[in-house]
Amino acid sequence: MPDGTIRKHGNGDGKGAGKRMMAKSGTVGQPGAAYTFEKQDDPVRRHTFAVIVDNEPGVLARVIGLFAGRGYNIESLTVSTVTEDETVSRINIVTTGTEMVIEQIKAQLERLVPVHTVHDLTLEGPHVEKELALVKVKAKDHSRRESLRIADVYGAKVADTTLESFVFLIHGSPEKVDSFIELMDALGGVEVARSGVVAISRGAQIAPI
Amino acid sequence: MSATSMTGAEMVIKSLVDQDVEVVFGYPGGAVLPIYDALFKQNRIRHILVRHEQGAVHAAEGYARATGKPGVVLVTSGPGATNAVTGLTDALMDSIPLVCLTGQVPTHLIGNDAFQECDTTGITRPCTKHNYLVKDVNRLAKTMHEAFYVATSGRPGPVVIDIPKDVQFAQGDYQAPNGKQAHKTYRPQVKPDRDRIEAAVDMLLEAKRPIVYAGGGVVNSGPAASQLLTEFVKMTNFPCTLTLMGLGAFPAREPQFLGMLGMHGTYEANWAMHDCDVMLCVGARFDDRITGKLDEFSPGSRKIHIDIDPSSINKNVPVELPIVADCGFALEDLIKVFRARHTRPDEDALAAWWAQIDEWRAKQCLSFENSREIIKPQHAIKRLYEMTRDRGDEVYITTEVGQHQMWAAQHFDFQKPNRWMTSGGLGTMGYGLPAAIGVQLGHPNGLVIDIAGEASILMNIQELSTAVQYRLPVKVFILNNKYMGMVRQWQELLHGGRYSESYSEALPDFVKLAEAYGLKGLRAETPDELEGVIAEMIAHDGPVLCDIAVDPAENCFPMIPSGAAHNDMLLAPVPEGEEAIGAEGRVLV
Repeated sequence: MPDGTIRKHGNGDGKGAGKRMMAKSGTVGQPGAAYTFEKQDDPVRRHTFAVIVDNEPGVLARVIGLFAGRGYNIESLTVSTVTEDETVSRINIVTTGTEMVIEQIKAQLERLVPVHTVHDLTLEGPHVEKELALVKVKAKDHSRRESLRIADVYGAKVADTTLESFVFLIHGSPEKVDSFIELMDALGGVEVARSGVVAISRGAQIAPI
Repeated sequence: MSATSMTGAEMVIKSLVDQDVEVVFGYPGGAVLPIYDALFKQNRIRHILVRHEQGAVHAAEGYARATGKPGVVLVTSGPGATNAVTGLTDALMDSIPLVCLTGQVPTHLIGNDAFQECDTTGITRPCTKHNYLVKDVNRLAKTMHEAFYVATSGRPGPVVIDIPKDVQFAQGDYQAPNGKQAHKTYRPQVKPDRDRIEAAVDMLLEAKRPIVYAGGGVVNSGPAASQLLTEFVKMTNFPCTLTLMGLGAFPAREPQFLGMLGMHGTYEANWAMHDCDVMLCVGARFDDRITGKLDEFSPGSRKIHIDIDPSSINKNVPVELPIVADCGFALEDLIKVFRARHTRPDEDALAAWWAQIDEWRAKQCLSFENSREIIKPQHAIKRLYEMTRDRGDEVYITTEVGQHQMWAAQHFDFQKPNRWMTSGGLGTMGYGLPAAIGVQLGHPNGLVIDIAGEASILMNIQELSTAVQYRLPVKVFILNNKYMGMVRQWQELLHGGRYSESYSEALPDFVKLAEAYGLKGLRAETPDELEGVIAEMIAHDGPVLCDIAVDPAENCFPMIPSGAAHNDMLLAPVPEGEEAIGAEGRVLV
């Protein structure tokens, strides 16, 4: 949806999602503008942003409102304070858009008064992206053993169990979490709680706050 | 820093004084009574009582635009705040520095659906540059100073401070303003990158068909930026065009001026934009009223874009050379580097370019067929301009929104910035009268005229009462065509002349209306009466409302139909049977 609603993470290929967005909104990435400004064949890419903000009331609403108001896509969003005194928060956002839209998202985020810096991790270089999920599986009889075996392959831990179910804790790349959920779903009904992506750049450099 | 103990309400007044505020536009109510009480007990700040909160914000905008100082608004909670929203959005779109103080229900009632409660910070978040809810009186003074810093730094904009009533009563420590940078991290870039300036000069020196396209950013930067722009254009002899927001940033009577560009811009300005090879955009944002059809916008040019807001760059039109800076600093460096090169652009090419521009100018796109029987609206504005011309820099024009606004932009020449106040981005009908009141307060000796339409003026007509109360000699010059003219024009061009709801039915007698409010009312119905009315209006020492009956069928030309390119302008009405706007353009705004 081009209205900033949070979508379930797709198949890890942001392209598909972006195409749907285009078809629906007509004017790519900028609904409400009087004139289309992009050629329809501009490729849509998935980008991961780390946004360093003042931890003040309303700051998350500002960021989300910006995405909703300007019709940008949010694939996932996580937020938490990252300093000991809790004055600074880091918001990780996964979004999709054409090059021009991604550039706009960065500039629009930087324009918000409580935003310190915006890192486009996808552009800045290699980075680590991880996600955590709790996956509840209905498992009886032979599927109990099968689900434990799959969990073992994926390095998922058992967080809770009853005679008829497991709750697995899995973390890793979004793609890994996707495929784990897919397999568990095949065994029976699943309920999923996902954290959304947290991401950080590789290497020794520490981004200033 | 010395801390003095006082109430929150007293802190509000003290910080306004410390921020050199002279005038506050407002309307009292339950949730701001402590501040109004503090206001009553002092004589440093002048309060102007408006008749509607929207008027307060537009008046503050007019004041800010004419003086270059931030405008200040004081309104109550709930409806006071929601009535201010249109003005705040208008100020955000046109980058006008404002600080708007809103009362709020006491802290313990917030979220309780209390009487006159609304989620002010939630409602105003997308229509302000920044906003605050102050829950602790000891943070109030700091927030006030921060708000002024944020409103006026970088790209200016409106800032809201929501102050619960218990915070206004509470006792706390006042902190005086602490230097210039009142926010701990917000530091917009204002100085240009030197390499970019060098690269810009390289491009400009190679230009064979250059154009300077400047906008409201130059006006916002301060009068020095307009002087620098004028110096640069005269030094290079490059043609210069201005946006609606930029009028006055370059003197209209200089030969390099091509007039306004865009949807109702001049033929020569739009053709020059289309055919140029190097475009220098200074403090303008490639708005859709400017560009027309984007994929045919200035297709053969390399573009330099100077803007203080990085998000304005590459938003609509990709540019080759972005320069993030305050226009003033950028123009200053541009002139220095240009001079230091000791080379000139290709003079022969420039001469040929001017010859081409003169051909376009020869079309005389702003000409119109005058009449002896009926007042043509363009003629009324031309005469208004000619008859006020001897007042020079003292003339300030505000407008409402619609045909009269475009005719004013086309036929009134501005030699200086801060003389032209119009709602550009949001296009708010009802802007002009309250804005004129704000302008008059900033320039008590100025001749302030609101060029209005009969439909727009009715949207904030109640502010006539404000003008009378404070003896502000604003002049309201209504071009009365008995239609929402621009709507009617679009219905004629797009919808087969089906004038759905655009006729101004049951209009009041404006002369009697003016008299009822206690100001002078004048009327002109024929071309013979026009000059007498204008002369009487100017001569009268007090507010005047003029009802000028103009040709109801007149359309505003030239025009780039929606969805068309710059070189596809309509200069005059389309012959019957032809379509002015294709199916594709019809869906656009």
